[in-house]
Amino acid sequence: MTESYRDQFAANAANGGGEGPTWLPALRAQAFERFTALGFPTTRDEDWHFTSVTPIAERTFKAVKSAPTTLTLTDIAPWLVNESWQRLVFVNGRLEPLLSHFSELPAAVQLSTLSDALREEPEWVKQHLGTLAGFDRAAFTALNTAFMQDGVVVRIPEGECVEVPLHILHISDAHAAGAAVHPRLLVVAEAQSQVVLVESYVGLGQASYLVNTVAEVSVGDGARVDHYKIQRDGIEAFHVSTVQVTQGRDSIYHSFSYAAGAALSRTNVYTKLLGTGGEARLNGLYILDGTQHADHQTFVEHLAESCASRELYIGILDGSSHGVFNGKVYVDPIAQKTDGKQTNKALLLSDKARIDTKPQLEIFADDVKCTHGATIGKLDEQALFYLKSRGIGGENARALLTYAFAAQVLETIEIDSLRLLLERAIFARFTNLALE
Amino acid sequence: MLKITDLHASASDKEILKGISLTVNAGEVHAIMGPNGSGKSTLAQIIAGHPGYEVTSGTIEYDGKDLLDMEAEERAQAGVFLAFQYPVEIPGVTNAYFLRAAFNELRKARGEEEVDPMEFLDIMEEKLKLVEMDATMMQRSVNAGFSGGEKKRNEILQMAVLAPKLAVLDETDSGLDIDALRIVAGGVNALKRPDNATIVVTHYQRLLNYIVPDFVHVLAGGRIIRSGGKELAHELEAKGYDWLLEPVSV
Ligand SMILES: Nc1ncnc2c1ncn2[C@@H]1O[C@H](COP(=O)(O)OP(=O)(O)OP(=O)(O)O)[C@@H](O)[C@H]1O
Ligand SMILES: [Mg+2]
Repeated sequence: MTESYRDQFAANAANGGGEGPTWLPALRAQAFERFTALGFPTTRDEDWHFTSVTPIAERTFKAVKSAPTTLTLTDIAPWLVNESWQRLVFVNGRLEPLLSHFSELPAAVQLSTLSDALREEPEWVKQHLGTLAGFDRAAFTALNTAFMQDGVVVRIPEGECVEVPLHILHISDAHAAGAAVHPRLLVVAEAQSQVVLVESYVGLGQASYLVNTVAEVSVGDGARVDHYKIQRDGIEAFHVSTVQVTQGRDSIYHSFSYAAGAALSRTNVYTKLLGTGGEARLNGLYILDGTQHADHQTFVEHLAESCASRELYIGILDGSSHGVFNGKVYVDPIAQKTDGKQTNKALLLSDKARIDTKPQLEIFADDVKCTHGATIGKLDEQALFYLKSRGIGGENARALLTYAFAAQVLETIEIDSLRLLLERAIFARFTNLALE
Repeated sequence: MLKITDLHASASDKEILKGISLTVNAGEVHAIMGPNGSGKSTLAQIIAGHPGYEVTSGTIEYDGKDLLDMEAEERAQAGVFLAFQYPVEIPGVTNAYFLRAAFNELRKARGEEEVDPMEFLDIMEEKLKLVEMDATMMQRSVNAGFSGGEKKRNEILQMAVLAPKLAVLDETDSGLDIDALRIVAGGVNALKRPDNATIVVTHYQRLLNYIVPDFVHVLAGGRIIRSGGKELAHELEAKGYDWLLEPVSV
């Protein structure tokens, strides 16, 4: 099945994909070979036990070479979150300069497309690209590396704080039908710097397409990166995403991952705590209905002393949807004083909805505090009665409690406009009450 | 206003209430006392419409309607209010939102306009004063992390906002310090009108110094075994329940 991509790879290499510094085609070729050798994962792979990617594997998604979009700023306004943010807007994988604006940043801060970065600073890109997100055992990352299109490069120099979020918006519309896009993101936050990133994936319409995204994030000593990923791909779409982070001493990586779209999605958030005192906060919310399937995997590697990790993943599942949460924590023998906490909770709104959760703690240090808790349940009957006893009727009471379940993790969103946007959307989805 | 006739009820196949009859008229305050596990909360929850209890026989008439035939929310909309012995925590819903939603549901049921957040703020302010509660409590999740006393005060705040016709207070005084007790009782008294009625479930005569009952009932083993005036509460305080319990009924 992977062989079917070979012609495409050859064609791509011959026409544009072979451009860039000489090391790049070599990296692509190596990645492609690895992809064909690995093949798509199967449910025999431990990491993919509950998620079958057969619907992705049995088709060959084509690379799109689409024309400039006809979408206007008005069309995409609902997805901008905040119009004043610096933003790069991609439609069907292609940067749309007229919809984007990302030039109003401190001069030292770099926010550019991957192709611009490759042209201007090929050596710097080479040092980082592909070094964090290895593809040795990750077929989708290999596939992304082989085909990655115009990605985004963010470089925050030492001590620089960018407070206003940088928004990377990927829109797929009807022209994406049958296509694959392989967005790539490289973020290097140097020592003591700060940046807030919002990655949005939006599907307009019913097209079936594949988004296979890879982000590499390096958080330097004392640096902080807040990384929000909002996945609202089309209901027939496939979404596979891997974020690989490395964290320096006293750094903070804060991730919030929202998944409400796609027929099938897999979201990996992996971080390596390499310096003492680092902190990883990984939160997520997935809301599924119909036959949707969403799989989240986190992997926190505690590789230094006195690091903390906090994970909270919340799922709300209706219809015959299927959720998967697999939280891996590894504590190295040298990682004494590790403080790890993982919580995942799922609310099943229907009898046919299903959740599989698998916490995996591998602890090789003795002076550590690591806990994990998983709860799966229905709405709390006592709370329902409490609301009813105050006049809030059956459907509204259920809706309010469902919203409240999501609110537990929504409150970890530190960008007010984004939090409000999601709160409103989720509130409206479950209730016909007014939030304000 | 409320007429309970020979009410039998059970939960998990265990009979808890074994024939309760009680009539409460507008303007009256009734106190229900009795040993732990005698069925006081069960009675209160059944009045409020808790689905976990099965009424096996008997009737409850409220304002001429069959109360048992109404959903819990319909009862609330018709003016029934229960201050819970154990108020429920609802993380994720702010107290302000919860109260306004409840307030508006009641208004809608009466065919009145909903109030917007600004209008509601004014209503809130006045009621918060009544129970001497800090406005910051309104932005916190309903009862989540509230102290025992704060939860009870929050129940009275809800009662003040919703202005029920029939209020049932289930041990609202338990766990309150002296000041809080005075405030809560003051709140209840301030809300008293000739056309509403209150049932207070309590273990302590102390509360009844503040909320003076017209009738006191002793509930034991699922039955009302004695009714009297407010002096009955003093007697119970002094003598306990033993003298009332017939040996055979234990
Ligand atoms: N849902 C239930 N399932 C089974 N038993 C129940 C249930 N609810 C109450 N009971 C039992 O019914 C009896 C009466 O309980 P209830 O809570 O009404 O007592 P109470 O008079 O309010 O006591 P307290 O003074 O301790 O609050 C107790 O034995 C209790 O265990
Ligand atoms: Mg009780």
